[in-house]
Amino acid sequence: MGFFQMLVQQLLNGLSQGAIYALIALGYTMVYGIMRLINFAHGDVYMVGAFCGFFLTADLHWPFPAALVASMLLTSLLGMIIERAAYRPLWNAPRLTMLITAIGVSLFLENLFIVLVSPDPRTYPAGVLPQHTFQFFGGVRFTLNDVLFWGVTAVLTFGLQFFVQNTRSGQAMRAVSFDSDAASLMGIDVGQTVSLTFAVGSFLAGAAGVLIGTVYQIDPLMGIMPGLKAFVAAVLGGIGIIPGAVVGGLILGEVESLVSWAGFSNYRDAVAFIILILILLVRPSGLFGSTAKEKV
Amino acid sequence: MLTIDKLEVSYGAIRALHGISLEVPDGSIVCLIGANGAGKSTTLKTISGLLRPRAGSIRYQGDEITHWAPKRIVAAGISHVPEGRRIFADQTVEENLRLGAYSRRDRAEVAKDLEFVYELFPRLRERRKQLGGTLSGGEQQMLAIGRGLMARPKLLLLDEPSMGLSPLLVREIFSIIQTINRQGTTILLVEQNAYMALGVASFAYVLETGRVALQGPAKELASSSEVRRAYLGG
Ligand SMILES: Nc1ncnc2c1ncn2[C@@H]1O[C@H](COP(=O)(O)OP(=O)(O)O)[C@@H](O)[C@H]1O
Ligand SMILES: [Mg+2]
Repeated sequence: MGFFQMLVQQLLNGLSQGAIYALIALGYTMVYGIMRLINFAHGDVYMVGAFCGFFLTADLHWPFPAALVASMLLTSLLGMIIERAAYRPLWNAPRLTMLITAIGVSLFLENLFIVLVSPDPRTYPAGVLPQHTFQFFGGVRFTLNDVLFWGVTAVLTFGLQFFVQNTRSGQAMRAVSFDSDAASLMGIDVGQTVSLTFAVGSFLAGAAGVLIGTVYQIDPLMGIMPGLKAFVAAVLGGIGIIPGAVVGGLILGEVESLVSWAGFSNYRDAVAFIILILILLVRPSGLFGSTAKEKV
Repeated sequence: MLTIDKLEVSYGAIRALHGISLEVPDGSIVCLIGANGAGKSTTLKTISGLLRPRAGSIRYQGDEITHWAPKRIVAAGISHVPEGRRIFADQTVEENLRLGAYSRRDRAEVAKDLEFVYELFPRLRERRKQLGGTLSGGEQQMLAIGRGLMARPKLLLLDEPSMGLSPLLVREIFSIIQTINRQGTTILLVEQNAYMALGVASFAYVLETGRVALQGPAKELASSSEVRRAYLGG
């Protein structure tokens, strides 16, 4: 393979990892947008999604598409429960209280799963998905799995964009994100809208968890690193901005892939945090964030 | 139409309203005037359900609405145009207006009211595709009032609609407030611009540090020496 083929290969690999970051980052950004909370438990919701998919396919022998959808529904339910049980009672408390609670929820979910399913890594059953490798352009490869990652991510992100822009609930979400008191005065039920936001964000994280389970081992702590990186992706794109989260996730996936290719794979995880520091120094509102304040 | 009885509201340990009582008769314009920090906005926020009172009651058309959620209060016909306009700057003028009708399902009637708001504020029609945040201060106030009307309220709560506007615009806004009232909407108007407010209202209350200090027909208050000294500059 020539240099150019290898570059394309790395970019394709990065795209698959980036898709996962993007799906998780969307939940961070939506929850931040609506209640100014960095939901540190979000990476663990992704982990729970991966385990739902595992038990549905390995133990109940469900076909993959059914397991994927059911896991997404289960994680959205989990998201709503977390919001109701842990965050709603703190609505009038200082933000820091909620942030610390989020870390608590994260630790709770990780340890709960260590107890429930043991800390051992699991692998999705072989043959849960048909295997196929495509080759083009003088040796560049991608698999059916990659196609699934790209396809699911594309459908979900465009679906989300449509939902937020064109439905009544989406309109309510945008209004609450912008100004929750003003939204209340329009007759929008803010509590219900926040609940829906957690459901949608967790739905997407659940999808990411099941997708990753088809290629990597899963374990109860698997959500920590992708959770942090997806947070970086959300900040990179401009926290609170939906398209920003997708672009941020894809960029992060690509950068990691290129850094590994350049021979610095030991620094793969550090790159995300270097990006975080740079973006906070140079452009804290993110790539898509406006630096201008709105008119008074 | 609206009767408030001994309403007490606090922000944590800070008591903002110390038991105020007031009455808004059906079809009238009642104004609530007073200095900054007197508790005017707090009163409106409590009526619309954004704040929970510690004590007292709010009755509206025979219902005790004191502990209703904002959503239910809007659906019952009370629309609150908040201080500082609070329009959705990232959405277009028309999207803002449609959000005002969020609680309604009667699409055909909503379309009629949209038309009505555009007739009332032709400038909003010209700018309907523009983002709310790009409007001038006066246009934003028109948008905020128009958005409030989209709920088709029976009672409209207006919090300092003249704030930050040029005298010419203030007169325009006040004349529109009278038009809205003539078409059958009852109005509770909060103002620091006491002179203008007393000109359009039939009855007025003066708030001072969370208490009703004075009340009476607007004409009488406008000529009372106390009010003239404190709020009308002599
Ligand atoms: N969010 C808040 N937290 C604490 N105190 C508040 C808050 N809002 C208003 N207050 C206090 O309540 C009192 C009444 O305020 P407000 O109703 O806004 O007055 P007005 O609208 O008449 O200017 C003031 O003393 C103000 O400082
Ligand atoms: Mg005020």
